[in-house]
Amino acid sequence: MSTPLLSIADYSIAYGTVEAVHDIALNIGDSEIVTVIGANGAGKSTLLNALMGVLPAAGQVRFAGDDIARLEVEQRVELGMCLVPEKRELFASMTVEDNLLLGGYRVSADRRRRGMDDVFRRFPRLNERRRQLAGTLSGGERQMLAMGRALMSSPRLLMLDEPSLGLAPKIVAEIFRIITELRDSGVSILLVEQNARAALRIADRAYMMELGLFTLEGRAGDLIGDARIAESYLGISE
Amino acid sequence: MRAHRGILLFALALAVLPIIPGLPPFWITLLNNIGLASLVAIGLVLLTGVSGMTSFGQATFCGFGAYTTAVLTTTYGLSPWISLPIALLVTGLAAVALGLVTVRLSGHFLPLGTIAWGISLYFLFGKIELLGRHDGVSGIPPLSIGSQSLIDPKAMYWVIWTCVLLAGIGTSNLLSSRIGRAIRALRTGGVAAESFGVNRTSMKLIVFVYAALLAGLSGWLYAHLQRSVNPTPFGLGAGIEYLLMATLGGAGHVWGALIGAGLVTLLKDALQRILPALFGNDVQADPIVFGILLVAALHFAREGLWSRLAALFPSVTPATPSLEVFPLPHRVIEKTEHASLLSIESASKRFGGIIAVNDVSFSVEPQQIMALIGPNGAGKSTLFNLITGVLTLTSGTIRFVNESIGNHAPPDIAQRGIARTFQHVKLVPDMSVLDNVALGAHLRGRSSVVASVLHLDRTEEARLLAEASRQIARVGLSEHMHKPAGSLPLGQQRIVEIARALCLDPRLLLLDEPAAGLRQLEKRSLADLLRQLRAEGMTLLLVEHDMSFVMKLADQIVVLDLGGKIAQDTPAAIKTNPAVLAAYLGTEP
Amino acid sequence: MDGLILLFLLQDGLTNGAIYALLGFALVLVFAVTRIIFIPQGEFVAYGGLTFALLSIGKIPSTIWLLLVFGIASCVIQLWRTRYLLTLRSFIREIAGGIALPLAVFFLIRMLARPDQSAWLNFLLTLAIVVPMGPYLYRIAFQPLANASVLTLLIAAVGVHLSMVGLGLVFFGPEGLRAPTLTDISFTLGKLPFTGQTIAVYAVTLALTGGLYLFFDRTLRGKALRATAANRLGARLVGISVAGSGQIAFALSSFLGAISGILIMPVTTVYYDTGFLIGLKGFVAAIFGALASYPITAVAAIAVGIIEAFASFHASSYKEVIVFMLIVPVLLWRSLYAPQIEEDE
Repeated sequence: MSTPLLSIADYSIAYGTVEAVHDIALNIGDSEIVTVIGANGAGKSTLLNALMGVLPAAGQVRFAGDDIARLEVEQRVELGMCLVPEKRELFASMTVEDNLLLGGYRVSADRRRRGMDDVFRRFPRLNERRRQLAGTLSGGERQMLAMGRALMSSPRLLMLDEPSLGLAPKIVAEIFRIITELRDSGVSILLVEQNARAALRIADRAYMMELGLFTLEGRAGDLIGDARIAESYLGISE
Repeated sequence: MRAHRGILLFALALAVLPIIPGLPPFWITLLNNIGLASLVAIGLVLLTGVSGMTSFGQATFCGFGAYTTAVLTTTYGLSPWISLPIALLVTGLAAVALGLVTVRLSGHFLPLGTIAWGISLYFLFGKIELLGRHDGVSGIPPLSIGSQSLIDPKAMYWVIWTCVLLAGIGTSNLLSSRIGRAIRALRTGGVAAESFGVNRTSMKLIVFVYAALLAGLSGWLYAHLQRSVNPTPFGLGAGIEYLLMATLGGAGHVWGALIGAGLVTLLKDALQRILPALFGNDVQADPIVFGILLVAALHFAREGLWSRLAALFPSVTPATPSLEVFPLPHRVIEKTEHASLLSIESASKRFGGIIAVNDVSFSVEPQQIMALIGPNGAGKSTLFNLITGVLTLTSGTIRFVNESIGNHAPPDIAQRGIARTFQHVKLVPDMSVLDNVALGAHLRGRSSVVASVLHLDRTEEARLLAEASRQIARVGLSEHMHKPAGSLPLGQQRIVEIARALCLDPRLLLLDEPAAGLRQLEKRSLADLLRQLRAEGMTLLLVEHDMSFVMKLADQIVVLDLGGKIAQDTPAAIKTNPAVLAAYLGTEP
Repeated sequence: MDGLILLFLLQDGLTNGAIYALLGFALVLVFAVTRIIFIPQGEFVAYGGLTFALLSIGKIPSTIWLLLVFGIASCVIQLWRTRYLLTLRSFIREIAGGIALPLAVFFLIRMLARPDQSAWLNFLLTLAIVVPMGPYLYRIAFQPLANASVLTLLIAAVGVHLSMVGLGLVFFGPEGLRAPTLTDISFTLGKLPFTGQTIAVYAVTLALTGGLYLFFDRTLRGKALRATAANRLGARLVGISVAGSGQIAFALSSFLGAISGILIMPVTTVYYDTGFLIGLKGFVAAIFGALASYPITAVAAIAVGIIEAFASFHASSYKEVIVFMLIVPVLLWRSLYAPQIEEDE
């Protein structure tokens, strides 16, 4: 197997007084969707934020073979990592167009222009709303804008934190369709979801997280019917 | 008792100092200045370090004290001893007037407010004819006792340092009382204190006036030491210096104020003597150095010097409270016909266009463990905040023992016997477990500020601490009683919160995600504790997202999703409820 | 009061208000981007004004030494902070920005300082000295505290204010200075005279307001600053360096401060500590705008200028008392509006 795009090992994240993630390992290859599922509070969001450099972490983390443990968020963006956080973190007081422009802050003007065309092709709704302030968008449009803004940086690894949260099923289906399209166009995806059934349906591989540990991992298709997932979510075991 | 011995030794050293033969008189002057600054800094430690209200305006209150006595003793020829209470009264009234506005300022607006009135009043001192405009007032008489004039700085030394020691002891007394615990909870846990019946605004005002009075006293002493006053020492620059003293000494430590005051005063003196010799006469480098010091202290020593010094000495374990005291009375419970302890009727909450809680109804029966669960964003926390009075209802009713409690303030809800814990633990981290728990019994004591300062509250205090100690034993944390609450692992901190809630003598215990962040073993012992409480007659309502924890513990479960109630049943039935499964696991797109 | 006096007072208030508006803009900008309530804003006014005054009598302002010290200190701190990530390129960039730039300014000033030097060149030289101090200051005093609370940052800002006033006394001495006007044009409109300086104040304020608007609305950098203000985490996630935004905000702050200083020199005698009071009036305006709104700040600044003008006419000795007491009710109003926050560290 060639060098994975992202690989972490002995990875731990302390959050205040609590160690939220303990000694985990994970690999993501090129053009694959890897999902991390688990109940609320398992440590999934914490993991994504640490990988992006927003939270401090201990352990090894390599991106395309390079050690990135000490890099700042903006340096990770430059390398091709991008996070769409759970709360979207849009620039609410700015227009859709400006939000997208800033998504391409680290790329050349030329790439920015082409990126914008590409985003508008994938999300025609954003094109209709390009002059509107981001704060006035609906939940689904916000998620599209957040993803569009992330795509503007031409990421090699796109990390999505709960993209389905609070969205109507129809919009969730659309978002998930776009995620698979992105994978097919060569972007690797790390998808964190509470909506386990939907995530497993589109993912190639999956990890299940419980209390900061990976307790299950395997091909997504094999895990869909696994009873242990329902147990983890509803606490039926023991 | 060791602490008392330390103060005694310090007092003795102070008493001996001026008697040392050959001591340069200049040292006495410096020590007097340190004493005057210490008084202000002690107040500021209470105000800024302990209660979290940063003030740049303390020098203004020195001005009120100094100018009052200056005018009364010169223009009106009053005796300084008569002008003392008047000076304190004027300072106190000014503090109440400024404080009523200032303590309502939130966050960083508060220090900005102190800067604004600090500068304004500084200019005012320099403009008023009665106060001698920029020249100030001179010819102020020295203090005298009988026919003995205290004109000699050495004589003033005794007066000043007696005041400093008394202020230090009184402030320490205040901090180790029921009111002191409430004050100490203001900075980190204002919300928590409020939910145990502390009125935050009035508590802040008390602290503000107290600090101002110490500054006023310092101003009064200053006027009679210098025998003249002008606006300069009461400006913003001086206010910043006082803040530097409190910060350097150790923001939360009463005696650290003396160290800060000493350091800054000595440094200022050294700078004023050395630098002009090096650079010529015009250079006043002390502000430059003080500014840099203040920034450096924020970068490198946020805790201040006192805690570093204190770390050098072996720590003293305080005495464990004796249980041989008359116990606090318990809540009188009237028998009611209706069985429900708490009932939620069609409760709704909107934030702007978003409906966080939508027409939810359920009731909690006595001696029951009821759990409120639901996925992220289901509205659990909002509902919890509605019950505890943190948020107000948009529509609907909440009844507790048949009385409507919707939209009542948290202290009122605590008064009725609802105690709570917090999702993000809200303990005062540097306060002992015992004191943190005793805060829960705030409403069960009465002692005033004055009684606390004079330690006249000891009988009541012993009863409060005994109750706290009893509740700590009840939850099984007796061995950790004297540790700072922040040093315990999260699991035990949550238990401390439960003990604090029990100290209220509640009829209903509300737990906000008690199992979050706990390890398996800790969860098991938490569950045992909660079952034990139920067996002892307590009623519990908990919001939780750890399903296995809830399933094994609760008698009844209410499931919320997207703001609405989707199910209410026993744990066994909830597990197989298809609506619940869909809410948790999601549906396939 | 007759109509002419009224007009005079209005004109005076408007002129001062324009200056307060510039300072208010700087305060809003710095707060929005860095969360720092920048109390020392006024010090740039004094530094700018006094440096300009010294240059216009042909003296070499000793602020060039301060610039050198600031530059070297910020360079050393930055190199130490990034020691694990240092590349040759970033090393050269640090040396160029922290040492070569102030040295170049240093020698340029020594070459060009002459009593008969044109006012406009002195204007540019003043900017060259004072403007870089902003970003240096940010890197020395504030960048290490970037994650601290607003309150901690405020205390640090007060510390910086104290030091900068002290340094001002060391570098400029206790005497006040004035400087010649930038232009000598003057005319009267009806009975109301307009001096070149008044016109310059209006023109510069309008031009800068327009310039800032274009910068924030049209350039990617300007938008990045707005993005940092709107959502810091969001800004970091798209690759905007929050520290970089902070430096730009501080550069604009020292730029606006220095220009304000140069503009007031011909009409006011400026002492080393005058800037603080002027800055605070910009502050009153910025607080009106909740440290967030540029238009409200501008209107409030004009209002402060006019209130001050009338106050100095009717109760001249209580002018400052009135202006600063104005802040307290505004703060209260803002506090009641702002959502209640837990005052944790």
